Amino acid sequence: MAPVRKKTSKLRKSPKNPSKIQPKNNSTSESEENSPPPAEQFELGDHNSDSASELSSDGDDPLTDDFLQGSDDDEEKASEGASGSGSDSDDDNIEKKSIAIDEEKAREEEDAEAEMQLNINQESDEFRLPTKEELGEEALRPPDLSNLQRRIKEIVRALSNFKALRHDGSTRKDYVDQLKKDICMYYGYNEFLIGALVEMFPVVELMELIEAFEKPRPICLRTNTLKTRRRDLADVLINRGVNLDPLSKWSKVKAEDSVLVGRGMVYRKRVSRTLKTEEFYSTMQCNSATIAIFSRSATLVGLVVYDSQVPIGATPEYMAGFYMLQSASSFLPVMALAPQEKERVVDMAAAPGGKTTYIAALMKNTGIIFANEMKVPRLKSLTANLHRLGVSNTVVCNYDGKESDQLLPNVSPKENSVLADSRTINLSEKLSDPVFKLNIHYAAFHSQLPKVLGVNAIDRVLLDAPCSGTGVISKDESVKTSKSLEDIQKCAHLQKELILAAIDMVDANSKSGGYIVYSTCSIMVAENEAVIDYALKRRDVKLVPCGLDFGRPGFTKFREQRFHPSLEKTRRFYPHVHNMDGFFVAKLKKMSSSKPGVKPSETAEKEEETTTFVKEKEIKGGVKENGNVSSESEFKKKKRKFSSKPSNGLKENGKESSESEHKKRKKRQFPSKEEISNASIFFSLGAAISTLRRRHESIL
Amino acid sequence: MRPLDEKETSAVFEKLFKFVGNNLKNVVENPSHEGPDANPGRYCFRLHKNKIFYASESLVKRATNVARPSLVSLGTCIGKYTHGGSFHLTVQALNLLAAYAKHKVWLKPQSEMSFLYGNHVLKSAVDRLTENIAPGDGVVVFSISDVPLGFGVAAKSTQDCRKLDPNGIVVLHQADVGEYLRMEDEL
Repeated sequence: MAPVRKKTSKLRKSPKNPSKIQPKNNSTSESEENSPPPAEQFELGDHNSDSASELSSDGDDPLTDDFLQGSDDDEEKASEGASGSGSDSDDDNIEKKSIAIDEEKAREEEDAEAEMQLNINQESDEFRLPTKEELGEEALRPPDLSNLQRRIKEIVRALSNFKALRHDGSTRKDYVDQLKKDICMYYGYNEFLIGALVEMFPVVELMELIEAFEKPRPICLRTNTLKTRRRDLADVLINRGVNLDPLSKWSKVKAEDSVLVGRGMVYRKRVSRTLKTEEFYSTMQCNSATIAIFSRSATLVGLVVYDSQVPIGATPEYMAGFYMLQSASSFLPVMALAPQEKERVVDMAAAPGGKTTYIAALMKNTGIIFANEMKVPRLKSLTANLHRLGVSNTVVCNYDGKESDQLLPNVSPKENSVLADSRTINLSEKLSDPVFKLNIHYAAFHSQLPKVLGVNAIDRVLLDAPCSGTGVISKDESVKTSKSLEDIQKCAHLQKELILAAIDMVDANSKSGGYIVYSTCSIMVAENEAVIDYALKRRDVKLVPCGLDFGRPGFTKFREQRFHPSLEKTRRFYPHVHNMDGFFVAKLKKMSSSKPGVKPSETAEKEEETTTFVKEKEIKGGVKENGNVSSESEFKKKKRKFSSKPSNGLKENGKESSESEHKKRKKRQFPSKEEISNASIFFSLGAAISTLRRRHESIL
Repeated sequence: MRPLDEKETSAVFEKLFKFVGNNLKNVVENPSHEGPDANPGRYCFRLHKNKIFYASESLVKRATNVARPSLVSLGTCIGKYTHGGSFHLTVQALNLLAAYAKHKVWLKPQSEMSFLYGNHVLKSAVDRLTENIAPGDGVVVFSISDVPLGFGVAAKSTQDCRKLDPNGIVVLHQADVGEYLRMEDEL
């Protein structure tokens, strides 16, 4: 402030050294009007020089200078001083005043703006992604969790409004990469899994999901309707000091969710700002025990346990088989299967029997259930649970790789695995891998399972496939680090084998059934939609609605993959949306026992193979034919030659005659002789060759 | 899997008879409800890998498809042959026994857990018991709310129990549902 007024006053009051000040002042006033900040700088500098010059040159008039300078600080004084000097008119005075006021205003604004700019810069500095050097430093130190968490939050914020909050020069990819690294560090995921999750969810939702994975899901139990009713069980348990609630319908969530289902993710993001959805999400997240549930059958049997004074897994009621501890998500595939009484049902991967016993309860112990389990150690829990819950309509069987050898009795194990291999894709080089071999055995056996239980002889099949378990991270933390792309692919391959076996078992003409339910506790697309899509192509099946009125529809397209449009009938469940384990359910109806998908594709493959073969053959044949054409003539000639030669050999007695003959022939059949020499005798003399060549040329 | 021979049948029936008495006729002859057939037939006993299974004929018929080494269980397992060659009823038979039981004992709520940990039933634990129990009879143990908890062999007759001191044993423990947790692997 001060320097400006000083200048103006000086302009007026001390014209003693105009040569020094005048031009500068002009320039400053001009620049002040045009671009304030440089003017300030300039003046500041100028003031210094001025004060120096004042000290030296204006030393003779210190009083006025002092006086003026003093007045500079205060506007009134300045005006007094100006009026006191009396050299200018009142108009002039007012003008100066107004100019001074204007300038001051401009200056204030300017300061404010500068300050604001400074603040903005500082803020944007906070969002800035760490540089490589900083990351390098960070890597040396132990991880600072609070800092990581802050950075994750900021990156998520920046990504959710990227246009406004991005830092210049860094792309979205930079942000996402940094986010991935931070999440890996903070939550302990491996890079593959985080990469896969980032591909599936927008960042805000991703964070919700990951947070949900950190918390345990509520404990659920299912009433065994073979032995008791839910009401009675609840009373008994409440008397034992268990705090529980029926697993009930939550109409609000359902309504909200059906909206979400209808419009998909984008819509959800948009409405999440409206009050309704915010309410919905806050209730969702606050009340961790509430579950978005359920259709009729589940509401009749499900109970949620909040807390308990007794171990809920060791009450007399539990031992007596009145209930089964079971996560809410494992109700879903059985509800989708909706088994009827007197049906033939197969549970292809049954242990530990939660779903099998639920099926039996729905069937009221009628009909027959084939409960298969591959892993021998898990059979014990399966049979124990079946007996504990009083299920008597079940045949438990265990097939594993060894059996597959017996089922194909004339095939040695090695050949058998190769046989299985021929049905699979790109496995030949991985046969040495023991895990793979096991899988192959498993697959080989399972494709035998229809033969054991009957092809086209089953009403419903539940395939709760073995999977990577990426939906149940809250139960098993090791999934965070243990899974890789290979594991997912192995699982997916196994699942494809299993689902085809499942479909082959089902009777398409079943009066009441003809359904296959496929479920996994994984949220990977490769293990879910891709498997169903594969089945749709390979067998005459179609997707039908699961009968679950909530859950997200499955992906019909995912990144570069495009699935059958009916895949929206499948259902996905997420911990952060439905408060149950990550889960996938699909229900297929078998239309006919033909394998339309197989024949075209297989034959097509075969055709392709054969055509390529034919082409190769043609090419080879052509070459050979060409070769033959040329060689045939040669051959004939040779034949002639050979036929004559043995005669020569045989007639060893008459050497002279033979020699003469030979000479004669030499003269007659010179080219053939040359060929023979070329073919058999490579060490003939160079001179001879050259002469032969010459002769040959002359002949040609 | 095969039907029981005569010796095995008599051993199994003898054991069952101790618990169900004349109801054994019902156990064998009652129509079954398991199986997809319209008429699933009656129940029958089958021996498979030392275990005796009690299952609907319809189920048995279908289980014949399954290869012997890979068949684990069918219907209800009611008992097993020990290495010594004697037949024991196991806890899985409880449902069957409880349905047809002739002799019953009801426990007081506070002593349920003691029995479920494998202890014998003492006089002080008994709430009430059925008449006409003779020593050596099979007794099914219930909780006060009629939940079957296990079974055992009566140590004293009903009459003698009345006079028994509180720490006297009424029922010798054979099996209880706690085994599902305690010894799942051995079942």
